[in-house]
Amino acid sequence: MTMGLSSRIITERATLVVDIALTIDPGMTVALLGPNGAGKSTVHASLAGLLPLTDGRIVLNGRVLDDPDHDVFLPADQRRVGAVFQDYLLFPHLSVLENVAFGLRARKEPKERARIVAEEWLERVGMSEMSARRPGDLSGGQAQRVALARALVTQPELLLLDEPLAALDVRTKAELRRVLADHLSGFAGPRLLITHDPADAFLLADEIYVIEDGSVTQIGSSEDIRMRPRSAYVADLAGVNHVVGSATNGDMSVGDHMLRIGDTAALGPVVATIHPRAISIHLSRPEGSPRNSWRTTIERVEHYGDRVRIETGAPLPLTAEVTPAAVSALGLTVGSPVWASIKATEITVQVG
Amino acid sequence: MVLMACGAPSAGRSEIVVSAASSLSDAFTEMAEAFEASNPDVAITLNVGGSSSLREQILEGAAVDVFASADSRNIEDVSGELVGPARVFARNVLQIGVPSGNPAHVVGLEDFERSDLLLGVCANSIPCGDLAERVLAAAGVEAVVDTYEPNVRALLGKIEAGELDAGLVYATDVESSAAVDGLSVNVAHVSDYLIAMLDESSEASAFIDFVLSDTGRQILERHGFVLP
Amino acid sequence: MSERGQTRLPRAIYVAGAAGLAIVAVPMIGLLVRTPWSDLGGLLASDVVVDALRLSLLSSIAATLVAAIVGIPLAIVLARTDFPGRSLVRGLVLLPLVLPPVVGGAALLFALGRRGVVGGPIADLTGLVLPFSTLGVVLAATFVSLPFMVLTVEGSLRNLDRRYEGAATSLGATPWTVLRRVTLPMVLPSLISGFVLTWARALGEFGATITFAGNLPGKTQTLPLAVYVALEQDRDAAVAISLVLVAISLIVLVSLRDRWWRAL
Repeated sequence: MTMGLSSRIITERATLVVDIALTIDPGMTVALLGPNGAGKSTVHASLAGLLPLTDGRIVLNGRVLDDPDHDVFLPADQRRVGAVFQDYLLFPHLSVLENVAFGLRARKEPKERARIVAEEWLERVGMSEMSARRPGDLSGGQAQRVALARALVTQPELLLLDEPLAALDVRTKAELRRVLADHLSGFAGPRLLITHDPADAFLLADEIYVIEDGSVTQIGSSEDIRMRPRSAYVADLAGVNHVVGSATNGDMSVGDHMLRIGDTAALGPVVATIHPRAISIHLSRPEGSPRNSWRTTIERVEHYGDRVRIETGAPLPLTAEVTPAAVSALGLTVGSPVWASIKATEITVQVG
Repeated sequence: MVLMACGAPSAGRSEIVVSAASSLSDAFTEMAEAFEASNPDVAITLNVGGSSSLREQILEGAAVDVFASADSRNIEDVSGELVGPARVFARNVLQIGVPSGNPAHVVGLEDFERSDLLLGVCANSIPCGDLAERVLAAAGVEAVVDTYEPNVRALLGKIEAGELDAGLVYATDVESSAAVDGLSVNVAHVSDYLIAMLDESSEASAFIDFVLSDTGRQILERHGFVLP
Repeated sequence: MSERGQTRLPRAIYVAGAAGLAIVAVPMIGLLVRTPWSDLGGLLASDVVVDALRLSLLSSIAATLVAAIVGIPLAIVLARTDFPGRSLVRGLVLLPLVLPPVVGGAALLFALGRRGVVGGPIADLTGLVLPFSTLGVVLAATFVSLPFMVLTVEGSLRNLDRRYEGAATSLGATPWTVLRRVTLPMVLPSLISGFVLTWARALGEFGATITFAGNLPGKTQTLPLAVYVALEQDRDAAVAISLVLVAISLIVLVSLRDRWWRAL
């Protein structure tokens, strides 16, 4: 019997057809990363049993949860899937303790025993003090911890986290990520983290599935996704520049502009990825090895903590990343005429 | 309160308002039409209702010219408003109304003691019910009544539908309904209907005279009333 | 509470609102003015009033319970299931709201009377005659008040965030447990106001009761019927009984907390 999740999810919604193959081994965290409308919540609903498959199959630890061809459909309450939701969905009319104990009581556990187990879990997520409170009294981060305990207390076979950090502010997010990381690694079964935030994926997942428009466009590790993005969306996520052009003989033309790319084998339509930090900004034409330099104007300057992103305009709009020191040393502002340059070796090209 | 205008008042026509008890509804509609036919310059507005509601209206100051009541009590209550004496113009007798064909085989007042039958009378606060109470008492019957209907038409309706096996209704009601048969009740009690003028006018006077005339009496008789 | 910070409304709103209040308040004042205060005790202690009060309370509470037992499940089905003809079903259930009660009573008589479509066979088979019985009173009251229960509960179920039920299911709760521990508790305020509205309507029912169940003190003469009959003869008694009805209704309605009204 294969343990873990093995599934081919094909579900037709009104505006989208979702078709993905998803496999998660026990003890692994897979992130399903994609923009809104990509079909992530459809996948969640299909796995949770709230939405039947149109086609395909879902098998969890050897049990068939959904198989339209063989007329098998296990309703949600029998799937043993633990779910954590973006809006927490803690039952407002029950106390925190009663919320956590809910799954146990639903499985007919005696009240006293359910209470004890629930209290243990509340302790584990650091929320014992709030056990008598109502969900309305909790902050976002607190609520999500309780929600996590509530999902884990029933010892589910699959852990489904649907945008668990999306509703939280930046600081709480960072804090909860640590909490999640702890409890995820402590959970022995397969875990699926659905998110649109790449940071969640990069930091918590062992493997990332990128989903766009109902299909998986890339599967890989955090490094694969960041360094070798295969679609504009993924590239944008990692903040990489994504340029389309035509290559021949080690050169790539992008509109009127020519870039020296170094990959002499590439021919025809290509997609070039250029990391922002690979682009340097100068006030005058740079000396030395960079083969690609051109005059351009600064269109935008944005500070992100200890980094600054510069958007350059024609003839080749790109986003460069420099240090604040460089910005003040060079006096860079919107409209400044500058020289941008990049080494051919820093340009990664994928034929497509 | 049901208002019926039997002719539109126009310039030159005088109008009188006649308040008449519900059981006089059919008879007085014909009465008013006949009166207007021979007195084209008078328009009659017929106001039909339970005698006690009519009494209330008069006491609260309604502009009524003639009051025809189904009993003497309501007339007495407005005696202060009367112009001239109240006169008995018709009498109504109670009959045992049964659904067509008498499915429960009711024979007389003594059947009103049977608890296996569904029996109805009028509430004793209305003339019909008051009369029924006296009739049953006079016959020495301890009736097992299942409903005291608030108006005699409702009682009649239930007998017509067969939902009641028998009820004490007016002879005029039996007359007016094809679906109800009547059994005579041999008791001396009758309901006296009185008519009186409340607002002095030649038209009102003429109408009362008409009611008491042979023509008027014939109309009343045709509808099942007993004549004094 | 100070006036600073209160919402400012256009003056006309207050004027119109006052007129609305007057429409209801003035007849009540008329009633109070006509009340025979000195005789009140005796009138209220009479058999007629005591019987009518007992019958009214009994039948209105029974009708409310029946309406809840059948109406709440009906509301759940209407709110949660999509089936062909759903609008028709909802329309039928709400029909007694717009139907004149006397018409409703007549319809009940045609259907459930001794010669009725359904009542006839029942009477022949079991000997049970529904008109002219206390059960008939309960039926008539249920008929007119059921729509209130269904309307209130269905409305609040529709407005409920369904995702909570999804969360409960994913935690392993069976449909019955979801209903019992999540859905119904979350619409509790509207359940309460549903109960109260239904009961109030059942208490005040007249036309259907008198047409279907008849009028017999002790068996079918509820407070509204007693008032109607008393009006013919003894106005003081009529006013006294009306006061009882008004008092009961006011006590219940006023004690309803604001937040339960919000659920309507």
